[in-house]
Order: sequence, then C-alpha cells, then structure tokens
Amino acid sequence: MPFQPIDQFATNLRPDTRAAVYDGSKAGHEKRTRLLFDHLPDANRLRGLAGEIKQHVVENLDTYLPQVEAALAANGVKVHWAADATAANEAVLSILRARGATRIVKAKTMVSEETELAPFLEQRGIECLETDLGEFIVQIAHDHPSHIVKPIIHKNRREIATLFEQNGLGAYNDDPETITRRARAFLRAKYLAADVGLTGANFLSAESGRLVLVTNEGNSRFCLAATKCHIAMVGIEKLLPRDRDLGLFLNLLARSATAQQLTVYTEFIAGPRSAGQPDGPEEMHVILVDNGRTTVLASECREILRCIRCGACLNVCPVYRQASGHAYRSVYPGPVGAVLSPLLAGERFPELADLPKASSLCGACNEVCPVNIPIPDLLLRLRARGKAEGAPLATAGTPPMGAWALLASQPTAWKAALLGGRLINHLPTKLLPIPALRAWEAKRELPEWRGGAFRSWLKGRARPPGAPRQGGGGPSGPALPNS
Amino acid sequence: MTPDRDTILARVKDALAPLPRRAPLPDWESELVVMRQARGVVDPWTLFAERLRGVNGTPLTAVAELVALLDRGGWRRGYCDPQLWPRLAPAFPAGFAVETAFDRARVDDFSFGITRATAAIAETGTLVLTDTGTTSRLAALAPWVHVAVLTRADIFIDVPQAVAALPKDPNVIWVTGPSKTADVEGILIEGVHGPGVQVALLAD
Repeated sequence: MPFQPIDQFATNLRPDTRAAVYDGSKAGHEKRTRLLFDHLPDANRLRGLAGEIKQHVVENLDTYLPQVEAALAANGVKVHWAADATAANEAVLSILRARGATRIVKAKTMVSEETELAPFLEQRGIECLETDLGEFIVQIAHDHPSHIVKPIIHKNRREIATLFEQNGLGAYNDDPETITRRARAFLRAKYLAADVGLTGANFLSAESGRLVLVTNEGNSRFCLAATKCHIAMVGIEKLLPRDRDLGLFLNLLARSATAQQLTVYTEFIAGPRSAGQPDGPEEMHVILVDNGRTTVLASECREILRCIRCGACLNVCPVYRQASGHAYRSVYPGPVGAVLSPLLAGERFPELADLPKASSLCGACNEVCPVNIPIPDLLLRLRARGKAEGAPLATAGTPPMGAWALLASQPTAWKAALLGGRLINHLPTKLLPIPALRAWEAKRELPEWRGGAFRSWLKGRARPPGAPRQGGGGPSGPALPNS
Repeated sequence: MTPDRDTILARVKDALAPLPRRAPLPDWESELVVMRQARGVVDPWTLFAERLRGVNGTPLTAVAELVALLDRGGWRRGYCDPQLWPRLAPAFPAGFAVETAFDRARVDDFSFGITRATAAIAETGTLVLTDTGTTSRLAALAPWVHVAVLTRADIFIDVPQAVAALPKDPNVIWVTGPSKTADVEGILIEGVHGPGVQVALLAD
C-alpha cells in the first residue's frame, strides 16, 4: 500500500526532532489549559463567543473591508490591495522603490511566508532580515518554520550554535542565553540601519482602524521604533468589528498561543508616529491581502477563516506531535494547516489532498481552538472533496474498502466472515491474511476476536413490555453480557 | 482605486451571495474576560505589583529603591524623560550619568531608560506607554533596564477597562514584563531585543 506523503515524512523524521517537537508541543498545551481555566470562570464560553464574532466578520467582509479602508485612511494610513502573492510582493517593492529603500527589518508575519516575500526582495537587491529570533535562525539556515508560533521547535541548540558559527556570529557556543545575546547585538545594528519595518497584524479593528501586533521579544516594536516607514501585510480575514472585542481576543490569543495572560508587547497602531515623537514611522502602509482567502470564503470550509494563528491546535494534535510541521509541506502546519493549506493552494489542491486525511478526527483541535473552529468537520468535507475530485493523494494509504462494503451489505457473507474471524485467534501474526492487520499487529497485541457476540446478545435480549421493537435497552433494559 | 481592490471586493461579494443568512454579531459582557483574582480588588497597586512580579517585572515604590537597583546592577549611564528628571535627580548620587536626550547613534551607551507610563493594568501587571506620553520609543526599548514611572490613579483593574480607555494616540503599547523568548528549546531567556529588566516605579 503506498504511503501518503505526510506519513512518509513522519516515518523519516529524526528521533531527536520528533522528541523536541513532541515535548515542546505537549508542554505548551498543558500550560495553556491550566492558565485558561485557572484564570477565567468560563473559558469555553469565551471560545464560543470569539468564534461567533469571527464568523460574523467573515460573513460580512463585504461591509467590513470598505469600513476598515476608510478608518485606516482617516488615521493617515495608505491602503493597498493585493489579490495574490505577486501583487502583495510588488506592492511592498513599489513602496520601497518610492522611498529609495534598500534595507528592511521584518517581524514575523505568516502572510509574508505565504507570498515568499523575503526571497522575492532579496532577488531584487533588497536586504530583508527576519528579526524574531526563531525566524532569524530559520532564515540563516535556509529552512522553513515548522510551527506557527515556535518556528524552530524542530531545531536543537547544537544545530543553532553551529549555524551561528557558520554565519560569523561568534565561536561555537550552544548556551541559549549566549545565542540570544549574540542575536540581540547583531540585529540591533540592523534595526537602526534599516529604512523600513515590515510587520503583519494580529488584529485590525474595522471600527477604529487600529492595527494590533503582539510579540514577546519586542522585535516588532524595535522595527517600529527604529525605522521611518511601516508596512503591514494583513490578510483580509484579520478584522474585528469593534475595539472592545480586542479585550476578548487578546485574552484568548496569549493564553492559547504561549500560555501567557498577555503577550509581553501588545501594540495598538493607529497611524504614523505623533508630532512630538522622535522615533518611529512617519509613513504607514497597510496591504490588504487576499491570496486565496476569497476562495476559502466561497468554499464549504469558510469557518477556517476565523483562525487567529495561535498554534494551540498544533500543540494538542497527536499527528502533529509525531510528524512535525514540515510534514505538512506548506506554510500552515498542524490541524489548521490540514484545512487551510489545501484550500489556499487553489488549483494545487491535489498536491495536498493527503493532509485532511492525516487526522484521527479525535476532536482535540476543536476543543482547544480559541475561536471554536470545527476542524474535524472541515477535514471531513475536504476528504469528500478530494475523493470527488479524484485526487490520487486523497486515497493514498487508504485500504480498499470494496471488500468491506460487500461484507457489510450481505448478511450471509457477514455471518460467514464472523465465524471465519475466530480463526485469527489461533493464527500466528505472520500468517494473518490481511497485510494491514499484519502491519498493525507487528507493533501491538490484537485483542481476542469475539465476532458475533453482539449479534447473539441482540437476538437473545429480553424486551421490556411495551417497548418498541427497534428501541435500545435504555435504563431498564438488559445489561450487555460480561466480556 | 486599484484593480485589485475591485477584484477582491467582487470575489467577496460572489462568495457571500449564496449564503441564506449571515452570522449575527453577538454582544458580550466584559466581566467574562476579567480574571478571578481581579474581582473585588480594593488596592489596584497591590494587585498590579503582584502580577508584575509574576512576569519577572520589578515594582518599586521609592526612587531610592530604584537607585539602589541600578547601582547593584552596575547600570550607571542612562536616559531620563526631561520632565521627570528634576523630580528624580536629587535621589541619584554622583557616579550616575543621566542624559535627557536619547541619541540613537549610541544606543548601547544607555544602560537604563526612564520614561512615563500613561497607565497600567493591574490584573496583568501591564504598563501602558503612548506616543504622546513617552518621550522616546527607543529610550523605552533599547536600554537593558526600562523604568516606567506611573501614578496610582492611572491603574486600571482589568483589560476590558484599559481597552475601553484606549486613548486617541497613534501608538499605544502595553508592556507586560521584560522582553523574552523561548524559541531555543523552549528555554525562557529574557532581554531579547528589548529590556531584560522591566521596572514600574510608583511616583504619587
């Protein structure tokens, strides 16, 4: 049976990477849960509310987008629109050219990962430097982030120390504090020399045009303290209706993403710096980016546009923990990625059609989601789509179900198979007739086959007087036979 | 304006057209997001100080304590908001070099920066800096130690209050403890790009 690509990645993952990803994501999840439920009286109600608010935004983008455009303009912000990745990158480039800018410092933005902005600019002779420590390490390693919030969860300190040495950032030293100090010193000079600071946005209020950014390291703040021009790339789904909704979302975001009450730096930006302020941008641009989002909006999976990129579903996901982020072969890994990436891929959907299948549908992602996205439902819809479109990856690694369908629809065949199944109890593993079962039992104990027990119980059960024939046992009904 | 604007808005319109009804906007009670510990608080400073310590920040109530802290750390060169300096200066002994203009050409000469906090949030231990109230964005960020001076009356109890009172200022930043990262193997390191020591000085 052919592997699906995500399984292949998971199988080939180095054991120390797997351990790093597993431990890191598990710790993040456990801390988040403690904090959320210790602090807040009804955390689940908040998740529901936040989900309803974002769903409302998504379904009313036709109203909110023009509204935010006007609010931004009133704040003195220049608004640009970009239908796809190329348009977004070109918009950045034209702003840079107009200013004669050649050096950008960049805070973490997932949209710019989608559009591959940094390589685009570097090919055009512009220095575009990541300033988030993790993203900086990813950049000098020519690697890709493997987690939305913890980009280098897959790297250990020895790999990082080697990278720093190779990049002229000091002799080999794998002490995390030394690594951080070296990055601090190196990047500080870069901020101060840069022409433009580029960021994303965590939220954008349609009411006031306030753009909200959160970071723990203070890198986006440094970008906006040292440079004279701010460019923000913002996905069109990032809007919130009212400023007061920020009180809800900020509380949920930090707890879900990094198990903090609030992220260290939460910045509310409503235009270029004020008149008396010596530091920071005198010019501000917001680029509203579609890049596939309207396709998602038109699909049966528009709920995924509620996502606030906290990464909680990655941390809790048993598949992500084993496979790591690169197995998802796209900008967004984990359960959110398994839905969003194939959708954003547009015509390249078939290339990622295995991702929706890489889930046991356990529902943990839905349970932790701060905007209550029904991820398992969306995965099922995408599985159906993959199958309907005949995408080969949508069936890779899936055992053929034809024999099963035949058995399950023919009572005589079914009964015969139940009896035949008893033979399995006496067969050694390597003689099992079904390859999938052999593979399964090579690593686990197959439970004793008790085929037919349910049928004989059902037949022999005493029905309470007056109970309808099809009714179940109910509270007064017979107990199941002891096993 | 641009063709992309029209394209995007048309795509949005087409995508939403088949929806029989749109999801309504729910209202919500601010009380829901206020943490348990912040309910019925009598003294906001006490809660603020406790929460600030919880994120490894340093709450102080006297200028003498600040001087002692800077002295112990060997942080003797720094910046101070020119309006605050006349009040603080008498407590600083000789041996401290404090400037009231921040020179970005030599950011690393400043080991501390003292600026005003416009407000604070007790339940989170957060300091609120604004563009009009903070004399220099860089002076509050680049030095190893940042000291935010605030008054008791400026402390909000909870996040919803602070959101409701967001000032009309082009830039408001909430600072909750020192700059930090856990990017390398999940190990907490403070002082990444911003301060490694975050002080709140109560000056009523």
